[in-house]
Amino acid sequence: MYAQMVESGQAGTTDQDRAFQDKIDRNVRIEPRDWMPEGYRKTLLRQIGQHAHSEIVGQLPEGNWITRAPSLQRKAILLAKVQDEAGHGLYLYCAAETLGKSRDEMTRELLAGKAKYSSIFNYPTLTWADIGMVGWLVDGAAIMNQVPLQRCSYGPYSRAMIRICKEESFHQRQGFDIVRTLMEGTEDQKKMAQDAFNRWWWPAIMMFGPPDGDSVHSEQSMKWGIKLNSNDELRQKFVDQTVPQAEWLGLNVPDADLKWNEERQSYDFGTPDWDEFFAVIKGNGICNRERLDARNKAWDDGAWFRDGLMAHAEKNTHKIAAE
Amino acid sequence: MSPTSKTEFPLWEVFIRGQHGLAHRHVGSLHAPDAELAMKNARDVYTRRNEGVSIWVVPSAAIAASDPSEAEQNFAPSESKIYRHPTFFDIPDDIGAM
Amino acid sequence: MTPFATFCLRMGDNALILGQRTGEWCGHAPVLEEDIAFANMGLDLIGQTQQWFGMIAEELGQSPDKLAFFRGEREYLNTLLVEQPNTDFAHALMRQYLFDAWHLPMLEGLVTSSNQQIAELAAKAVKEVRYHIDRSRDLIIRLGDGSDESHRRMQDALDWLWPFTADLLARDDADAALVAEGVIPEGERIATRFAQETAETFAKATLTAPEGPRRTGGRTGNHSEHMGYLLAVMQSVPRAHPDARW
Repeated sequence: MYAQMVESGQAGTTDQDRAFQDKIDRNVRIEPRDWMPEGYRKTLLRQIGQHAHSEIVGQLPEGNWITRAPSLQRKAILLAKVQDEAGHGLYLYCAAETLGKSRDEMTRELLAGKAKYSSIFNYPTLTWADIGMVGWLVDGAAIMNQVPLQRCSYGPYSRAMIRICKEESFHQRQGFDIVRTLMEGTEDQKKMAQDAFNRWWWPAIMMFGPPDGDSVHSEQSMKWGIKLNSNDELRQKFVDQTVPQAEWLGLNVPDADLKWNEERQSYDFGTPDWDEFFAVIKGNGICNRERLDARNKAWDDGAWFRDGLMAHAEKNTHKIAAE
Repeated sequence: MSPTSKTEFPLWEVFIRGQHGLAHRHVGSLHAPDAELAMKNARDVYTRRNEGVSIWVVPSAAIAASDPSEAEQNFAPSESKIYRHPTFFDIPDDIGAM
Repeated sequence: MTPFATFCLRMGDNALILGQRTGEWCGHAPVLEEDIAFANMGLDLIGQTQQWFGMIAEELGQSPDKLAFFRGEREYLNTLLVEQPNTDFAHALMRQYLFDAWHLPMLEGLVTSSNQQIAELAAKAVKEVRYHIDRSRDLIIRLGDGSDESHRRMQDALDWLWPFTADLLARDDADAALVAEGVIPEGERIATRFAQETAETFAKATLTAPEGPRRTGGRTGNHSEHMGYLLAVMQSVPRAHPDARW
């Protein structure tokens, strides 16, 4: 999902380009100081940046419920979880920085609305059950996308993904556990869970990006080893994994076309509303403006803090130099 | 968007000793205005899951790295010196520990 | 309520309400590294809340969650300081530091409490809080002695929050009874340590604690108006579904 809408750069045809491709084919990781085609660098920067921004903006819909989590334990777990997202954003920005772009620069692009982030975070979290759905479905889809990226060709990105996947495994489980508790609870709680499921199912399906046929050109990214699976491949895997879980929980999947296909040993499922998907990407989701406003406000309100710390550090350097 | 910071915090590389007795290992990077705060940030960012018993932070700019284009001349020559590894030698099973 | 339960509730309420305020920053702090550090403090505080409430759950016949989510503002016994809003990050840092400057000597005194359970809780919490004050003190000094604007903001926060420290240091009969039994440290000792700590830090930070009226009341359930809103948000879900488990 983080990599799905990234336009891929062009490969060159020089000897250097061929040697580079050969290295990737031999499964040798590319490291920051190695030669790389400009297209590879740019594509990676876009992809890692987009991924990092998604983690940062992704803090907001869940952070929205830290103050309202319904038990002390849930409050602690959610705070730890959203904090992890900040950590993941940080790891990813650092990985992108090895390609020669500073975190502040990337942040400015996000704040100016020039950089993309996963559009799932432009949906609102309306009830406590939404927090369960975000963990179970949204993080579930994210993990599906991130696990293969641990093997991606760029060393710093691959290492960041390894660390992230290790930490992320608790996120999906805590979401599932929230939903499970609701489904074992009162009638109101069950209703709350089904309602949230109805609202999050399709957006989660769409997280994997448009169908392969209509997808932006990503062949080159596949060749370069920075995108490892097609959108539809991952989407199918997600549906096959999640439908039995929904059934176990006693939730109805809001898709009339959902049917087990014995021959394919997979589920057939309906077509998401791609018009909605593109509308949200274009900025017409329910929370696009709120999300960017919140990030801008945090950045602007924090300027004095960052400047103050720099001013102190500079004073200290001068003091030490003078001694 | 408005006033952005005048200067960006410098980048630091973080090394963590995972357990007593092990060497410090590079785990990632972060931004901080100076070493002291870099150390605190490293504690908060990189040891959330009980990952360490000791931390080093080094300004990224202070690291000198080998040149990848010299990788062959640097590292290939030692490839052929296989006699430096104990497995090179055939030792009879019945002579005891060696 | 026994003096013991009153004391534990006050400690737990302080941790919970400050943890709640700290949690509000998640996703909104000035830099990522600070976002993560703040969340760590929030997690420590919520953990401490669970322990303080757990200690009196039996005596009060209420689970920790019941204590957190079904008491009204008049029943909450936290100090006025911790409920003060996140006006800006300077207020948040100053609130944290002032609390730490009291919390640390309190916990250090509790480590040798005659009550075994309290002594054990304090032994664990004191490690967390030593780190909290290391970090908050450091930032107070850096930002107080930083840029003109950071200095001004830190001084504003201090001017606003300092009067509430009287509530941290206030004592009543419940405290006196526990001091006599060796359960909690003497108030005088904590007040002296607090005064030393803050005087040294503010000197380094080039900040001045204001003179003037001091505010008390939180410890006896007389809160500022912020408290009602804080609880309304925090308790909304459990109160809407009183029979539910979460």
